[in-house]
Amino acid sequence: MAKVYETVIGLEVHVELATKTKIFCACSTEFGGSPNSHTCPVCTGMPGSLPVLNKKVLEYAIAVGLATNCDITRYSKFDRKNYFYPDNPQNYQISQLYLPICRDGFVEIETENTSKKIRIHEIHMEEDAGKLIHDEWENCSLVDYNRSGVPLIEIVSEPDMSSAEEVITYLEKLRLIIQYLGASDCKLQEGSMRADVNLSVREVGAKEFGTRTEMKNLNSFKAIARAIEAERARQIELLEEGKEVIQETRRWDDNKEYSYAMRSKEDAMDYRYFPEPDLVPMMISEELLNDIKANQPELRTEKQKRYKEEFDIPEYDIDILTSSKHLADLFEETVAICKAPKKVSNWLMVETLRLMKEEEMEAEDLKFSAENLAKLISLTDEKAINSTVAKEVFQELFHHNIDPVVYVDEKGLRTVNDEGELRRVIEQIVNDNPKSVEDYLGGKEKAIGFLVGQTMKQMKGKANPDLINQFLKEELLKKA
Amino acid sequence: MKNIISDETMEYVGILAKLELSPEEKEHAKQDMGRMLDYIEKLNELDTTGVEPMSHVFPVVNVFREDVVCNTDKTEEILKNAPGVKNGMFKVPRTVE
Ligand SMILES: [Zn+2]
Repeated sequence: MAKVYETVIGLEVHVELATKTKIFCACSTEFGGSPNSHTCPVCTGMPGSLPVLNKKVLEYAIAVGLATNCDITRYSKFDRKNYFYPDNPQNYQISQLYLPICRDGFVEIETENTSKKIRIHEIHMEEDAGKLIHDEWENCSLVDYNRSGVPLIEIVSEPDMSSAEEVITYLEKLRLIIQYLGASDCKLQEGSMRADVNLSVREVGAKEFGTRTEMKNLNSFKAIARAIEAERARQIELLEEGKEVIQETRRWDDNKEYSYAMRSKEDAMDYRYFPEPDLVPMMISEELLNDIKANQPELRTEKQKRYKEEFDIPEYDIDILTSSKHLADLFEETVAICKAPKKVSNWLMVETLRLMKEEEMEAEDLKFSAENLAKLISLTDEKAINSTVAKEVFQELFHHNIDPVVYVDEKGLRTVNDEGELRRVIEQIVNDNPKSVEDYLGGKEKAIGFLVGQTMKQMKGKANPDLINQFLKEELLKKA
Repeated sequence: MKNIISDETMEYVGILAKLELSPEEKEHAKQDMGRMLDYIEKLNELDTTGVEPMSHVFPVVNVFREDVVCNTDKTEEILKNAPGVKNGMFKVPRTVE
């Protein structure tokens, strides 16, 4: 009988915190500066420089810990993790090994089949490394230290997940919590959220874990799902062939849908951790904890409750709107301007979701502004454009965040409100289509649709459909 | 000397520290490291039952910075410390991965 295997997965998730400055120096964390323009002696590892902890980093780390049911370590400190690599200018990374700031938490996830708790082993604070570029011309490497010292938290789960579905549900849940806290934007594509997957397989019922591998370079949920499937298959194949799984770090290539081993066993890492002497320990007082709790922004369940009370929109819409912090912000900001929650929700729930699906985009990547969406809604309210034109304008808004008022005027899309012209066109259409007129008068009410279409076409789409309907009916009655 | 450093240990420490030592230097280092470990072992003679492990000698905790950008663009000065410069970046020997 064929053996049945189960997959055991644990995750190490790195999240870049949304601070203005780096973790140990007052350099900016902003993206897009020219190489090394956001550096100083501290984040380039110059001898004699001294790190000082950014208080906001500690506060964000604690906030995430509290939101994921962790115990906060009241006496916490930093440690040095030693390794040589040019993206790490000090030859050590300041991290936390012995007394990480948060421990023993959990996140509850619901998948189609079950709901379960994914335990969090720990959350620790650490610094990011610089960026290495390989220069083929001179066969050398070039380093930009702008990212060096950018604050990260690493969230280490217990091996509690058993499928790609569970992993993605866990990551989505984690992302939502962190985004709502404002601690990070958690963009996988841009690397502000990175997940390393530790995976092993074992026969169902086996007590011991199998040998695990660590998979890196997973830049999207899809890549994570594909990598998990591929790694599970690879390990099972090895076992079936009577071979052993080697404990190693593997790098996923999503284009080739294949992973390869990154480091061999010979230079297995020996990090020689020791307490960081340049940073004094952190003593977390009750007062600081209460402060952080008191300043916690509105989380999803609270927001859902408030929406239910404040806005007259369906529960289903509330679920979708609050499923992303960015979408919820966009909704609230637009409603604040145009005071029409139902209309705003409609644009977000229908056209926005449709285009997002078409473009395989996530809510976080939406480019259009609340101001411009509000302008589009007033244009339709004023009947300055009809719904077909509105959809067309929205496409432009979605892709290029155009100013709808300027766009409509430039393209001459405003509804023609010259009633005389509309009546003339309708008279013409009715005279030109005796068959449809006869059908309509004979009881086929649907026949009017064709006449409306013809009129709209003649008006180049810029007529008010209500008026067309009204005038058409009047004109048709004359023929009765 | 109680602590004898093996050739393998010496080799391994050299790899970790990215140091290339001559055979004479290695012998010297082995002696030095052995003596250091002997010296540290003296501490084991003390009874430390009930004593909290100490990581920092100063009785200071919670030294923080506010999250405010104070540093300005000092690219040129920073790059003076680079072993080589190309396109505003630190130029280093090729690193494989
Ligand atoms: Zn710096």
